[in-house]
Amino acid sequence: MTELREAERMQQRSGRPPVLLPRQTYGGITDQISGVVLTPRISIGWLMLFGAASFLLTILLYSIAYLLIRGVGIWGINIPIAWGFAIINFVWWIGIGHAGTLISAILLLLEQTWRSSINRFAEAMTLFAVMCAGLFPLLHLGRPWLFYWLFPYPNTMTTWPNFRSPLVWDVFAVSTYFTISLLFWYQAVVPDLATVRDKAVNPTVKKIYGILALGWRGSARHWERFETGYLLLAALATPLVLSVHTVVSFDFSVAIMPGWHESIYPPYFVSGAIFSGFAMVLILAIPIRKVYHLENFLTMRHLDNCGKFMIATGLLVTYTYVAEIFFSWYGTDVYGTWWNWNRQHGAYRIVWILDVFMVCIIPITLWLRKVRRSPALLFLVSLDIVIGMWIERVMIVIITLNSTHLPSSYGLYIPTRWDWAVLLGSMGFFAVCFLLFLRLVPMIPIFEMRKLAYEIETPEE
Amino acid sequence: MLWGLLAQFKTSEDLVRAAQSAYANGYRRLDAYSPFPVPNLAPSLGFRKNSVPLVCLVGGLLGGSIAYILQYWINVIEYPVNVGGRPLHAWPSFIPPTFEMTVLFAGFGAFFGMWALNGLPMPFHPVFNSERFLSVTRDGFFLSIEAKDAKFELNATREFLMTLHATSVEEVPYRSAISKS
Repeated sequence: MTELREAERMQQRSGRPPVLLPRQTYGGITDQISGVVLTPRISIGWLMLFGAASFLLTILLYSIAYLLIRGVGIWGINIPIAWGFAIINFVWWIGIGHAGTLISAILLLLEQTWRSSINRFAEAMTLFAVMCAGLFPLLHLGRPWLFYWLFPYPNTMTTWPNFRSPLVWDVFAVSTYFTISLLFWYQAVVPDLATVRDKAVNPTVKKIYGILALGWRGSARHWERFETGYLLLAALATPLVLSVHTVVSFDFSVAIMPGWHESIYPPYFVSGAIFSGFAMVLILAIPIRKVYHLENFLTMRHLDNCGKFMIATGLLVTYTYVAEIFFSWYGTDVYGTWWNWNRQHGAYRIVWILDVFMVCIIPITLWLRKVRRSPALLFLVSLDIVIGMWIERVMIVIITLNSTHLPSSYGLYIPTRWDWAVLLGSMGFFAVCFLLFLRLVPMIPIFEMRKLAYEIETPEE
Repeated sequence: MLWGLLAQFKTSEDLVRAAQSAYANGYRRLDAYSPFPVPNLAPSLGFRKNSVPLVCLVGGLLGGSIAYILQYWINVIEYPVNVGGRPLHAWPSFIPPTFEMTVLFAGFGAFFGMWALNGLPMPFHPVFNSERFLSVTRDGFFLSIEAKDAKFELNATREFLMTLHATSVEEVPYRSAISKS
């Protein structure tokens, strides 16, 4: 255990734990990470999780089939609350995705080396979360098979989309976000797929990974262009990730509804997205480092930093809550004042109480170093944040629509079992994708770890 | 037929030094291979012109202008819809899709441009004929000099590579010695 002792010494010297335990060889790093993919053995735990996730996925497929047959009437949505779970889940899932891009793109540009070991699976999380997110507006369309009407293309109806609507912007924002995230993720995967290709013994495995690795041979000229391209994609993804949730918030704030028509919406949505996204990263990272014994790559420093990110974004969300209450009191819009009263005292007050408690109060414990350095506590707080942020979206969507300008159109929304089935099912879809990713793709960027080891060994003069 | 010589090195420092002296000795059809991006390696091979940013820029400009022109044409010329008397050329509303398309096409430029300039996907390359080369994606550092190089002479070049502290130097043929198996 000399490595651990050396890590402690490094921590004492620089005041913080290291991002990579020292004295790791390139070969050792490579074998450890690619070993997870190359072992022919399938562990019982993985198989059980995969079974559970597949069960939920089956529920999703079943409820989608039923939805296609019967229509959106199987959900609890009606006028005035036509935006139920579909939009709540959409905003929630896409928000979760945001942390992945933030970790991989923004922290890359800021040269934060600690991002290297978590960026691969955080990006995979983004991809799968955006897929789940995209599913909901699609199903909410009513006639999902006509989704392509949203795109501008010459058609026999001679109609075109109205680009003055945020709902059309959303189509562009979400599809661009997914595409760029996919390219960014795949580019970094290629050199590691080449590693798997070269280490694989089974000829079929070798062939499949060989095709996916595009013939990567680690040429210096290739690396040079590779790194430039990667930085450019990061620089493009950075404003993109901020724009996506901004556009999602426009779906709300452009409508003149009390509680939606607020200029604070874009930063409110973006900070909330990153908040829940980091919580999701920790929910995935904490079990992964334990199960796959990756403590030497996913160090305490990573967990600690994610905790600090959650403190910052959590405070931003809390600030928004305070600002909303202040403006509903200070503003002249009586409907805004009514909306705020209704939120705290109306039929859905329990949603508001739970939201404040789970999003603003419990995360205060993250200020304690003891919580940030304890994987178990951090896991629980993250779970609380992810659920709390889902409840926040319930509050945003439901409470505004529940009591709008016209008292004759007040109404309640009660989710049906199909609403819950699709939500649970989407989690199953996410879990199935993520488990397959863990098994088939090196979950930590191996070449970046080799580079990190190189940089630790050769300090810059 | 001989493709070239492939030398293996123990460390990345050895490889950078070897690449520098090979270039200084007049070899031009050189390439270096490493398991991670080694700083200063590509410049020491005489690699200067990196056109990826240019392709990315062109993609971005193309995407942005296509998006704006398309929206203008649709909402003003081809299919004007009067929404509450608001202007048809509502440029602030056109900004979000224009931005998204700029990013999308710039991303296509950076991604596909990078692969195209690298000449990938290229499933097979003569260096793969070397058994040792399998370690390039693990911990191996390699330098190759092609037989096509004007200065290439099998024995002299081999001697030269040995003086650069190569751990091994081997001849790499064009075609695989092992037939399809």
